[in-house]
Amino acid sequence: MSKKKFVVACYDDDDQLFPAIKKCREAGYKIHDIYTPFPVHGLDHALGMRETSLHTAGFIYGITGTTTALSCMTWILTSDWPQIYDGKPHFALPAFIPITFELTVMFAAVGMVMTFMWLCKMAPGVKKHHFDLRATDDLFVMPIECTSKTNVDDLQSFLKSTGAMKVNVQEAETEWWWGRYDVDDEPHLIQDVPVDAA
Amino acid sequence: MSLFKYESEVREPLVKGNKTYHQITEDIISPIEVKPTKLWYVGFVLAICLLGFGVVSVYEEVVYGIGQWNLNKTVGWGWDITNFVWWVGIGHAGTLISAILLLFRQGWRTGVNRAAEAMTIFAVMCAGQFPIFHMGRVWMAMFVMPYPNTRGSLWPNFESPLLWDVFAISTYFTVSLLFWYSGLLPDFATVRDRAKTKLRRLLYGAAAFGWTGSTKHWQRHESLSLVLAGLSTPLVLSVHTIVSFDFATSVIPGWHTAIFPPYFVAGAVFSGFAMVQTLLLMVRHLLGLQDYITMGHIEAMNKVIVLTASIVGCAYLTELFMAWYSQNKYEGYAFFYSRVNLFSPYGWSYWGMMSCNVIVPQIFWFKKIRRNIFITFFMSILINVGMWFERFVIIVTSIYRDYLPSSWTIYYSPSIWELGFYLGTFGLFFTCFFLFAKYFPTIAVAEIKSVLKTTGDNYHEKMVPVETLEPEDFAHKYAH
Repeated sequence: MSKKKFVVACYDDDDQLFPAIKKCREAGYKIHDIYTPFPVHGLDHALGMRETSLHTAGFIYGITGTTTALSCMTWILTSDWPQIYDGKPHFALPAFIPITFELTVMFAAVGMVMTFMWLCKMAPGVKKHHFDLRATDDLFVMPIECTSKTNVDDLQSFLKSTGAMKVNVQEAETEWWWGRYDVDDEPHLIQDVPVDAA
Repeated sequence: MSLFKYESEVREPLVKGNKTYHQITEDIISPIEVKPTKLWYVGFVLAICLLGFGVVSVYEEVVYGIGQWNLNKTVGWGWDITNFVWWVGIGHAGTLISAILLLFRQGWRTGVNRAAEAMTIFAVMCAGQFPIFHMGRVWMAMFVMPYPNTRGSLWPNFESPLLWDVFAISTYFTVSLLFWYSGLLPDFATVRDRAKTKLRRLLYGAAAFGWTGSTKHWQRHESLSLVLAGLSTPLVLSVHTIVSFDFATSVIPGWHTAIFPPYFVAGAVFSGFAMVQTLLLMVRHLLGLQDYITMGHIEAMNKVIVLTASIVGCAYLTELFMAWYSQNKYEGYAFFYSRVNLFSPYGWSYWGMMSCNVIVPQIFWFKKIRRNIFITFFMSILINVGMWFERFVIIVTSIYRDYLPSSWTIYYSPSIWELGFYLGTFGLFFTCFFLFAKYFPTIAVAEIKSVLKTTGDNYHEKMVPVETLEPEDFAHKYAH
């Protein structure tokens, strides 16, 4: 696991977030991510993230469901086991619609949720570093990645000037790993201790 | 003169009191962290007892066969299918509140969606059992699934509404579960991050799937919720439409009706909202969530109830009109002898249905009554009873006297085991719901936080000085 050093700024109001992001980006700092307790609209654009293509994936899964349902029923009722029910023809498209619709929805929903979990690297037992535990409660947490050129003290005072209610320095593992939240196997959290840039 | 209004006057705040983000977390999460109240234990034990009765009833039916039920020659569908349709209907408000109201950008859904979704899942679990045990030989239930088998080329009938039901109910259950759980992830993470005990951190840590609240995750999460909502919206309508096909595609007088799909969907939403009211009024009182489930929420749901009550009322009258207009004597017999005639064997159920579903809910046209908790609670129970009558009327009054008078049967009433099965599903439903209310965040914490600033009381207070400024002062103060 590779650790990186971050200066972490915590804001207690989402109104301060957008001006702070703008200032940080203008100053050339690399914002690692922003952790918020609820979805703040426009944050992804402010950070320069691209749109997610999850919905496109959902469309593809849906079409797969439609095709699966229609082709299976057509093969079964015209070739594998051709039976006449209620005088309907073997290929009775109107009678296939309900199941086709249900499978379209089922494939799209299950596929999208699994893709979401995959993209976000989420599963039972997955553990990630938390820059601040209050990020899921009431704080808006912005870790800034330090490079060899970063002056940590300058960065700390800069972040305070943007309205951060607390600023600290942490060395953290940014990837996920298998672990339990009741066991303290978290990569070391160094709070308020300046660390020399690597 | 005020400059302009930030809040429309017809809308009241969705979150009462001057809440901060942290207070919202406290209010909603702290009931999970303390011991349950005595009232909770009483309710839970009662639910477990009912569940036990249900288990014994199901055991009787499985071991001794479906003869343990009082079904007879013509009434082949009795309490079992009545209860199936009733429970599926109850399950409709959850996804409707979550999905349709999300698409319509209705902010008031945020206070009630979590509990409503939970209700959906538990109700569908209860519903699914009735057709499965109605099969009699329940160990053969897998025959309804289309899987390559060793019995030669043998497939279920894909053209049968009963098989459509299998697909509809299983899809509905799966999608509702995914929607509910994906919404729960951020809230589980909140519980995990403020947990004081190791066990809580372990369990909620596993349940939260490692959620951190990263911007990219929120972006994908919102995209996921929106598409799932878009998929669930027609799904809600399809499920009860397909359930109505179980009846409407047959040639039984009283069932063979084109109005069934919309009429069933409206009825399902009607009974679903009534059950949401019953549960939310209890949760609100027990967990002290009056600031989040406000009178505004209750009133909004009562408005949906009066709308859907009127739709089903229209459908009942249309059916009567068509029975007369078609001049079909069997249809006329089903409606004008078996139903409308109070003195026929089941006339009581028709008039019970009419009064509980159509006549009495009209009192919700009055605002004072829509905002009265006791009347709302009473009405929610009454509507659920009425909707049960509706399913009973549709099923039993249509089939107890068929085309052949020689096969007409005597009065159908349920056996103790049919009754026990029904009460058992209540036990299951409330056992699940009590566990949910104790161990899950009953209100979507993250969603409430996201609407706080635009509807909360504190937002309103902050905006009053701005709203009361004179136009010149405003221009001066806010000039860039």
